Amino acid sequence: MVKVRLWGSLASAIGDQTEVEIEAGTLRELLDGLAERYPALRPQLDRGVSVAIDGIMYNDSWFTPIKEDSEVVLLARLEGG
Amino acid sequence: MSKIHVTTTINGDPAEFLCEAGDSLLDVLRDRLSLTGSKEGCGTGDCGACSVTVDGRLVCSCLVLGAEVEGRSVETIEGMAEGETLHPLQRKFIEHAALQCGICTPGILVAARSLLERNPDPTEEEVRYWLAGNLCRCTGYDKIIRAVLAAAAEMREAS
Amino acid sequence: MALDSKQDTNKRDFKIVGTRPPRPDGIDKVTGRARYGADMSAPGMLVGLVLRSPHAHARIKSIDTSRAEALTGVHAVVTRADFGDVEDGATADTLDNCMAGAKALYDGHAVAAVAATSDAVAKQALKLIEVEYEPLPHVTDVDEAMAPGAPVLHEGRTNETVPQGMSANVISRCQFGHGDIEAGLAKADRVLERTYRTEATHQGYIEPHACLASMGSDGQADLWCCTQGHYMVRNTCAAILGLEQGKLRVTASEIGGGFGGKTTVFLEPVALMLSKKAGRPVKMVMTRSEVLRATGPTASSSIDVRIGMTKDGRITAGFAELRYQGGAYPGSPVDMGAMSAFAPYDLENVRTIGWDVVTNRPRQAAYRAPGAPIAAFAVESAIDELAKGFGLDPLEVRLKNAAREGTRASYGPTYRAIGLEATLRTAKDHPHWTAPLGPNQGRGVACGFWFNFGGDTCVSLNITPDGTVTLTEGNPDIGGSRASMSMMAAEELGIPYDKVRTVIADTGSLGQNEVTDGSRVTFAVGLATIEAARAAKREMCRRAAKVWGIDEDAVVWEDGAAKPSGPNAGEFPPMKLEEIAAIASNTGGPIAGHFEVNAEGAGVSFATHMVDTEVDPETGAVKVLRYTVFQDAGKAVHPDYVEGQFQGGAAQGIGWALNEEYVYGEDGTLQNPGFLDYRIPVASDLPMIDTVILEIPNPGHPYGVRGVGETSIVPPLAAVANSVSDASGVRLADLPLSPPKVLAAIRSR
Repeated sequence: MVKVRLWGSLASAIGDQTEVEIEAGTLRELLDGLAERYPALRPQLDRGVSVAIDGIMYNDSWFTPIKEDSEVVLLARLEGG
Repeated sequence: MSKIHVTTTINGDPAEFLCEAGDSLLDVLRDRLSLTGSKEGCGTGDCGACSVTVDGRLVCSCLVLGAEVEGRSVETIEGMAEGETLHPLQRKFIEHAALQCGICTPGILVAARSLLERNPDPTEEEVRYWLAGNLCRCTGYDKIIRAVLAAAAEMREAS
Repeated sequence: MALDSKQDTNKRDFKIVGTRPPRPDGIDKVTGRARYGADMSAPGMLVGLVLRSPHAHARIKSIDTSRAEALTGVHAVVTRADFGDVEDGATADTLDNCMAGAKALYDGHAVAAVAATSDAVAKQALKLIEVEYEPLPHVTDVDEAMAPGAPVLHEGRTNETVPQGMSANVISRCQFGHGDIEAGLAKADRVLERTYRTEATHQGYIEPHACLASMGSDGQADLWCCTQGHYMVRNTCAAILGLEQGKLRVTASEIGGGFGGKTTVFLEPVALMLSKKAGRPVKMVMTRSEVLRATGPTASSSIDVRIGMTKDGRITAGFAELRYQGGAYPGSPVDMGAMSAFAPYDLENVRTIGWDVVTNRPRQAAYRAPGAPIAAFAVESAIDELAKGFGLDPLEVRLKNAAREGTRASYGPTYRAIGLEATLRTAKDHPHWTAPLGPNQGRGVACGFWFNFGGDTCVSLNITPDGTVTLTEGNPDIGGSRASMSMMAAEELGIPYDKVRTVIADTGSLGQNEVTDGSRVTFAVGLATIEAARAAKREMCRRAAKVWGIDEDAVVWEDGAAKPSGPNAGEFPPMKLEEIAAIASNTGGPIAGHFEVNAEGAGVSFATHMVDTEVDPETGAVKVLRYTVFQDAGKAVHPDYVEGQFQGGAAQGIGWALNEEYVYGEDGTLQNPGFLDYRIPVASDLPMIDTVILEIPNPGHPYGVRGVGETSIVPPLAAVANSVSDASGVRLADLPLSPPKVLAAIRSR
């Protein structure tokens, strides 16, 4: 099980849970798992999120491995200029 | 309405063209003579990217009519180097990394050459005020000013 | 993937990386030979012009183009009716922005376009297009747009994050942070509550948008344009025109500035449609007025800040509520503002809330660290005011609260190795910090942060028969990156810098590349270049092994040559790259290395800026006397270009702080669409900008590179405001700090 930290608006969508646990070994499994377990998160997940795994930011890399003790934080989708 | 026939000199070469009464010198250089080195950044004389000299006078070519250069001598960025030999200003700009995107560079080089022809030993402040009519958005002007001062020093040394 | 090359750190002795060779496009740019967006032409080409709404908000009841179409010399007229529907929401907004549909949403919104044999005929044709508008009430201010009863731009775009009962102009709400704000504030010796406001600014690139489109009746098209991302242009135009991506080949010209404003399309789909209808190439170039009215300025904002501090300088809680308007469509960078606002600090209690709001203004586009400078202005000004109020040194206060490796960031993740503290300590030890100041002069400091990005990247490295190297990449060069790529390739291959030529290829040559933004190119394209070079080295070692008749594993690459290694490899003299290249055909064929990646692992970067200003108490005019940038670059591949990014970002920030603003009239039209009244810094406004490059390597890049292009615009707004406050004794919370405002504040003190 991986612990995932959610940012405030996401947490409010699921009753103010700032941290959830989910079974996932890769980034894609994480996002699919969250969407399935917490349907209220789906609109934002569809709009796009970035994921920070152990301090490194990932945008779309599905097969990025996630270890059980990884720090995983969901963030708003990031873009530069 | 028929076009105006103009005979002039551009970068030392004789040139002839036809233009509308309302065409600017910048339009003529770029669209009729294929001299696209001078750039249009604003069309209203505020950015200096179109700088050229007409009879030795520094002007914004977007504010000069094509027809006005009849019988005059126009110098653009394309005439600054002599064959393979770059002008010291051009060399110093490359050495000092005084350009990032380079769009303002032709105008600034023409303007800087004009300054050094009049004042071979300008202070930093004089360079800054002379170039105040040439906008640059990339560099913050620091390396540009250093390059102009370095070119001035080299040119004084050589003369 | 994040590449974990443990043997690569900044301890490596670089031969080329870190030096300052001349850039490959230098001669072209100083002689006027370089070709920018408007410098291309094609046989038979037509001139394209756009008709734009004079109203800030209006229903478009009808458009009659018949008289324009009948004019001799006009070969095509285009309106929204010529375009089909687009499924993807963001692309649909892009299409609507390029060519209005049911409504004109801002002064300057494109409503029709023509292609004609000359500029004069095209202008005449525009006058002959009859548009029936029904003007509607408009709103341009962010707080007014949020108020109940405000004129509404779009119905039904508000998403599930927004509470019921708010104006339909409020599109979304985001929230970040951790801890308990009220409890934290209760522990403070002083709580500062202030509202800050910033006005919209434009990236201000000197080159207006320009393109040349040529579409054939077989559906294949070529497009030349100035852009930060020609693959993005290809993909967006293909989606809008219903083309397959492979059928549209886009070539990026040299670009005369972008800063984020050229990471989207404005003219390009329209030029393609005009070309399609006319059966001829169409060239379109914007005027400066069009650029300011109808491309993508950044958001304007209103921000409420509450920060609590103890009298010895510890921040006990930080709160900010940010309201950004992003023009006529959803998507202001308020979420990045909300995430980055407190990023430099280690806080137990922090919360930021962000609201994305629409108004009758042009659709915003990215501007160098989108959203972050605005948020940093508010937070850094507030921290400065608190620190000064307690008589504390503003750098000491920041050091006391600074985030470090292992700190939980205010936006969530735990930081890995970061350079904030290094920039603060270096600033404190720098002679600028203790230089004397005269009357009416003041000094200000501020910190800044940016995320930096990676993204899709392709590089192809090809070796010619004479042993020179061509590096093909897909990212327009906005600041000298071609030089840096050549340097990294030469470093890896062990050959001289001038043996490598870096070329930015058209979209037919590589699969996909993320735009040049996010400070990503030296990081991501550099990483791919290094890997492509390594692949080429492996291939060359294989060739040498074949020639020598030894095992592949027994050959290594060193100093630009393949060498036998290991005790049993045999005695062969090294085979240099040129020698291997010369026999490529004999040993299997041409030699190349390539690498494609969605690059992750970009490192965040921090900066501290220090500025001295002098305020004229009679006019309110502010002069910038001295400026120093302290920023972490991870590893500076070409220090001249790193310095250039530091200086350029600082200059834009100074303009944003002191002079630049969008001024809208009562009628919602832009009052200052030109460089005379939209006043960017000129050479006589600025001093030399000193730079100190710090290098705390990014563990996610083989050479330690961190992006540098954006962080440098984040601190200047607050640094300048703090300096002006120090000089004049008044606090201004409303940008820009133009002379009338400064004077009014001084007088009312």
